[in-house]
Formats: sequence, C-alpha cells, structure tokens
Amino acid sequence: MIPELGQIALALALCLALAQALLGLVGAARAQTVWMAATRPAARGQLAFVAIAFALLTYSFIANDFSVVYVESNSNSALPLHYRIAGVWGGHEGSMLLWILMLSVWTFGVTLFSRQLPLEMVARVLGVMGLVSTGFLLFVLFTSNPFLRRFPAAADGRDLNPLLQDPGMVMHPPMLYMGYVGFSIAFSFAVAALLSGRLDAAWARWSRPWTTAAWCFLTVGIALGSGWAYYELGWGGWWFWDPVENASFMPWLTGTALIHSLAVTEKRGAFRSWTVLLAILAFALSLLGTFLVRSGVLTSVHAFATDPTRGIFILALLVIVIGGSLLLYVWRAPKIGLGGSFEPLSRESFLLANNVIFASAAGSVLLGTLYPLALDASGLGKISVGPPYFETVFVPLMAPALFLMGVGPLARWKQASLPDLASRLRWALAAAVLAALALPFAMGRWGVMVALGLLLAAWVAASGAVQIWEKVRNAAGAASAWTRLSGVPRATWGMLLAHFGVAVFVVGVTMVKGYESEKDVRMEPGDTVEIGGYTFRFDGVRDVNGPNYVAGRAQIPVTRNGKPVTTLYPEKRIYRVQNQPMTEAAIDTGFTRDLYVSLGEAVSDSAWVVRVHHKPFIDWIWGGCLLMALGGALAASDRRYRLAAKRQPEHYAAAAAR
Amino acid sequence: MKPRHKRIAMIVGGLAALSAAGVFVLAAFRENLVFFFTPTQVEAKEAPQGRAFRIGGMVVPGSVKRQADGVTVEFVVTDTAKNVPVVYKGILPDLFREGKGVVTQGKLGGDGVFYASEVLAKHDENYMPPAAADAIKKAQSINEKATHTLVESGK
Repeated sequence: MIPELGQIALALALCLALAQALLGLVGAARAQTVWMAATRPAARGQLAFVAIAFALLTYSFIANDFSVVYVESNSNSALPLHYRIAGVWGGHEGSMLLWILMLSVWTFGVTLFSRQLPLEMVARVLGVMGLVSTGFLLFVLFTSNPFLRRFPAAADGRDLNPLLQDPGMVMHPPMLYMGYVGFSIAFSFAVAALLSGRLDAAWARWSRPWTTAAWCFLTVGIALGSGWAYYELGWGGWWFWDPVENASFMPWLTGTALIHSLAVTEKRGAFRSWTVLLAILAFALSLLGTFLVRSGVLTSVHAFATDPTRGIFILALLVIVIGGSLLLYVWRAPKIGLGGSFEPLSRESFLLANNVIFASAAGSVLLGTLYPLALDASGLGKISVGPPYFETVFVPLMAPALFLMGVGPLARWKQASLPDLASRLRWALAAAVLAALALPFAMGRWGVMVALGLLLAAWVAASGAVQIWEKVRNAAGAASAWTRLSGVPRATWGMLLAHFGVAVFVVGVTMVKGYESEKDVRMEPGDTVEIGGYTFRFDGVRDVNGPNYVAGRAQIPVTRNGKPVTTLYPEKRIYRVQNQPMTEAAIDTGFTRDLYVSLGEAVSDSAWVVRVHHKPFIDWIWGGCLLMALGGALAASDRRYRLAAKRQPEHYAAAAAR
Repeated sequence: MKPRHKRIAMIVGGLAALSAAGVFVLAAFRENLVFFFTPTQVEAKEAPQGRAFRIGGMVVPGSVKRQADGVTVEFVVTDTAKNVPVVYKGILPDLFREGKGVVTQGKLGGDGVFYASEVLAKHDENYMPPAAADAIKKAQSINEKATHTLVESGK
C-alpha cells in the first residue's frame, strides 16, 4: 500500500507542477493577478506531495520492503539503518526523486523570500521552475519509477554498493543536487526576465543571492565527492578528472563565472546579455551533468544505445530546456542593450577577464569529457583524455585568474589607474615573492611549480589583507577600527573569505603536488617502512567481522623519531552480499599532513603488499573549499538583498546614464 | 578614441584572448590524447612506440606472477587472438582478477613488453572510464569463449 501511495503523491505533484507552470506563465502573459497569485500555493503543495513521496520511499527502505524493486536492488536487511536511509538516493530512481525534492525545496524557498519582488516576476520564475519540475516528474513517473513492485517479493535485497556505504557518500549527492538544482533559480530568473523583456539590473540583484547559495552547495558537494574519492577509493588521489567529476565541475566553473558577472550586472548594468547567457549555460551544464551520470552513457556508449529510454528522455529534456531558452535568448537578447561603459583598465574588465578564463576552463573540460564519448558513439575509435590534459590546461588558465583575483577587488569601477593599483599592492607583492622564495626551502626542496603556487596563494591572501587594511584606514572620522570594519557589508566579507579559501586551496594543491610521497612495499609482520620522516611498522593482519562484511585488518603503529604518533588500521573488506572486495584506507589526518595507508593483497600467509602515503597539507584542499562555501553563504545572506527593490530602478537608470 | 571604437577594440581584444585560449586548449588536447589499442593491434605494430596508450582485454588465467620484491606484477592481456605481456609495479585494483577484463595504460618497451603505469579494473558502475567499459564488455564475451575452450580442452 505504501509504495502505491507514494506513486499517487508523485502524480499529484505532477498535476500541481503543471498547474504552477501554466498559471505562472499564462497568468503573467495575460496579466491575470489571480492566476499569478495561485502559483505560490501550487508550488508549496507540490513540495508537500514530493516530500510525502520521498518519505514513503524512505519508509520502504527502513521497513525492508523488498517487494519494491528499487529497495530490493539498493538495500539489504543486514545494512545498518543510516545506510538504508542513504540507500534512498543510492541508485538512479531514488536520486532522481531526490533531484525533484531539491527542486521543490528551492521553489518553496522562492515562494518564501520573494515578497519584495513584483508579482509578475515571481509568477514567471515559478512558472519556469514548474516547467522544469514537470519535465523531471514525467521522467521519474514514466522511465524511472522508484515505487515499482515485483512479484513475488524478494527474500532479501541485493545490498547497497559497498562504495556508497560511507558517511561522505550519504551527504555528497544531496549537497551536489542542491547545487545543480539551485542553478535552476538563476535560470528561471533569466528566462523570466527574457520573457518580460525587462532585463534591468533589478533581476541581477534578485537572482544574486540564490545563485551564490546554489554555488555554495555545489562547492561543498564537489568537495565532499572529492574527499570521498580520497579515502574511499583507497588510492590517495583527490581528483581524477573522471567524467563523473567533470560533470559536476563544469556547472561549478560556469556558476563561478556567473556570480562574478552578476556582480557587474547588478552594480554597473553591464554584461547583461552575457550574464543571461551564463545563467542559461550554468543550468544547462547541470542538466548535462545529470544526464551524463544518470543515463549510463559514461559506463558504455553501447549500453546506452541498447536501452536508451531514460537517456533519450533526459536528452530530449535537455534539448527542450536548453534549445528553448537559447532560442528565446536569440530572440530577446538584441533588446537587452549594453549597459554602462567602462575603460580597458577597470574592475569591469578584470571581471570580464575572470569570465573569459572560467568560460575557457569550462569549455576545455567539456571538450575533454564529451569528445571521447562522441568519438566512441560514432565508431571512430576509442580514446581517453586523462589528468595530463586537464593539468596542462588548468595551470596556465588559473594562474592569471589568481593573479587577477588579487588586483580586481581593489580596482575601481569604470576606470582604474595602474600606478595607483601598483602602489597599493606593492607590499602584497613583496610578501608573495618572499613567501614563494622562502617557504619551499622550509619544506626542504625548491621547485618552480611549488614557488609559483605559493606565490599566487600568498598574493591572493596578501591582497585580501590589503583590502581589509584600506577599509580600516580610509574610513571617515575618528571611529575605532572595529566600528569601521563592522560597517563593511557582509557581501564584501563573504568575497574576502571566499578568495582567502581559494588561497588555502591553492596552498593545499601545490604542497600535495610538490611534496607528496608514496611507497608500495611488501611487508612481513615486524617490517618497517619510512616515508616523510615517519616510520610505519606492519604488525600483521587479523580477521574482523562487520555488520555486512568480513575484513582483514592490519595493525600499523606509526612513529616519528622513535616517538609514537598513531596506530593505523587499514582493512581489506569483502562485502558478503555482492561478494565485492573493498580497500578501506586508514588515515591519520593532521593540519600539515595526512598519513595514509592502504592494504594491497596478501602475497603469502603473513606478508601483504602495503601502500603508504605522506600527503603534506592535503586537508587544506577541502578546508579551502569549505571557506569558499562559507564566504558564499556570508555573501548570500547580505542584508541588502532582502531590502525592498523599489530604489532599484532609479539606481540602475543612474548607473546606465553615467 | 571614441567610446564606440573603444568598445570595438575591447571586444576584439576579448575575442583574441578567447581564441588564444582555444588554440592552447586544443594543442594541449592533441598532445595528451591517449589512444586505445587491442592486443592484436599492438602485435601488428599499430601502436606507437614511446608514447603512452591503453590496451584492454582479458587477464590470461594463470599468467599473474609476482616478482621477488613483492610489488612488481607481471601478467598477460589477451583478446583471445593475440597476447601482450604487461609489467606493473604497484597495488592492483580490488577487482583485478585473472580471467576478467582489464584496461591498462602505459608504454610499449622495445622488448615487446607493455610497461603499465596504471591498471584499471571495473570498480563500480559510476566509476569506470568509457574505454574500460567497452574493453570489459569485449573481454567478457571473450571470457565466455575462453572458458568454453578451457572446458573443452579439459575434457
């Protein structure tokens, strides 16, 4: 009974999504106030029904209802409760339902925080979101129904993929989807603005906090995925340039360009058509990411061709959403106008350079991800594009971006002066050069790439410090430093924090790339291996039993200069239901280094192959991502986004006239 | 300069920067493409010397040998028609098995041995590079054939 109720709830949600779309779009076109006002309750009702469906599916998982095909293929009665709940989004159908739930949650958010917006705008935005939701609900109901039953019921489930039985994987998909789906708001605002034909700076201000919030979730989601790959795949890498990862990285790059370009559009009215295009592209790439990961096209182009229902459906959705919005763009964009003018040396042009760089980066990832697929699909041979390509492309692209990140925030809008910038930044430059020259020696070895990375990281951090210092010094009156600083808007603090996060991230990447070391060794009990100044002793492997696996667990005490540091217990697990072996690495996390040990295989009765890693500063990579996301959250919560938008048109008209 | 000219100059500059980035990305792309070859193609000397590429197929049952250091592994990859001996130093993936599909990346030595820098085995439906998927599929059909022959020769 429960799964059938879930299905009914989904069908009702579909009706409401359709109503929301039609009432919003048609109501706005015909200026029907009552219709437009009905979009809010429709959106809230939709959330209620989607949430009911999701809760019922979760219940089926908790209750071990193996008559439901989806539960049977993604859970098992021996699976611990928290992984049974996480199993709801462990497979295709459930994660699509999660996608829809996220979309309803965001839509609900728009209905709550849109009181200062004109009703017509709200109706159009909710209408577009309703259309997207309709598409995905149809997709779930017709091709990926999680509530399908099997008869007779299975005795037990086939278990959740062991790789997904991990706390990081519990949080990763919801965060990632919050990010992906969040860009639907920027998209809906852009399409609504195109429809209304009024693409003023007001819409940029409205969509800014939403876009930034979505970007924060995406950042955290990607960081969680990377952290998961680091400790769960067992090989110590944190980013593999795998198509699955690239699928989430492309919307992030475009989203990063978008939040910067929105800043220009809001403050100066410039880049308007470009910003709209970016908003469409960011969501398009989110959809593409969903398509790539969920259609099976990555696993095998040919498997996709043999059972293409789902893939074709998402592809059609992709074509309708992207194609439709791009057509609308081509039709409306000429009316948008150009906005405020600016000099070649100004904050606008620095942000333009940022956009050019991030768009190129997104394009290069798109090329490296889709070209091999296209080649394979058309039978022209098989190629792979690995980390060397992406690294070759990203270092030269991101180095100037980091340099500009130090200059841009200090440059004046409209027209900046080079001598002025140089004199304000001379101490930051000196500090950066000093760091680049001295720090690598402290690590024991000087290298060009390490020096470059540290130079850029220190440059970004020092330039942030200069900005804070100028705010303290330049504030008018005799106010104390604290009052001066508390007058700085949250959005500025957010920007500073996010940029500081980038610096921390760059330090992490640079140090890991430059100084990491690893060894694969055959070890008998009592053998020791030394790496990065730490001594690892292998004390043998004994058998342990988990709830749904058996494992060989090694005991490896670590010492440094004879003093004990920690004891690591890496495991080699066999998950009983799927009979799948898994390497469970043991990690000692530290502020300046991780010690990472994974078990290879037994080569004799007592000897094992063991891989030990020393990874300096690796946690700074995820720490930096977290700071970026926190900075974004701070910026999105700025008060001025919640103020009534009435002043906006005059402000904008003044900006455009300048 | 008139504002209009300035704007045109900036657009031209932006486009120039974009196309420079484009040229650079494409060059890097060509430079770092990794092609996929079957053991038959390797035998026919179609694969490049001194440049990394991938081979895929099935690990010949009984061919996996560990050298005395314990971490260097030798095995033979076959597409049932031809064999390529592979040497790899390091830990093999969890799902590396004799008789199962494998994709490995590395360089071909002058001695005809493939020196692998990376070994990929099927890990998870979401965690598999496209080339591996196909090779595994191929290798699995090969696998079936091979077991047939094994069973028949065992009779």
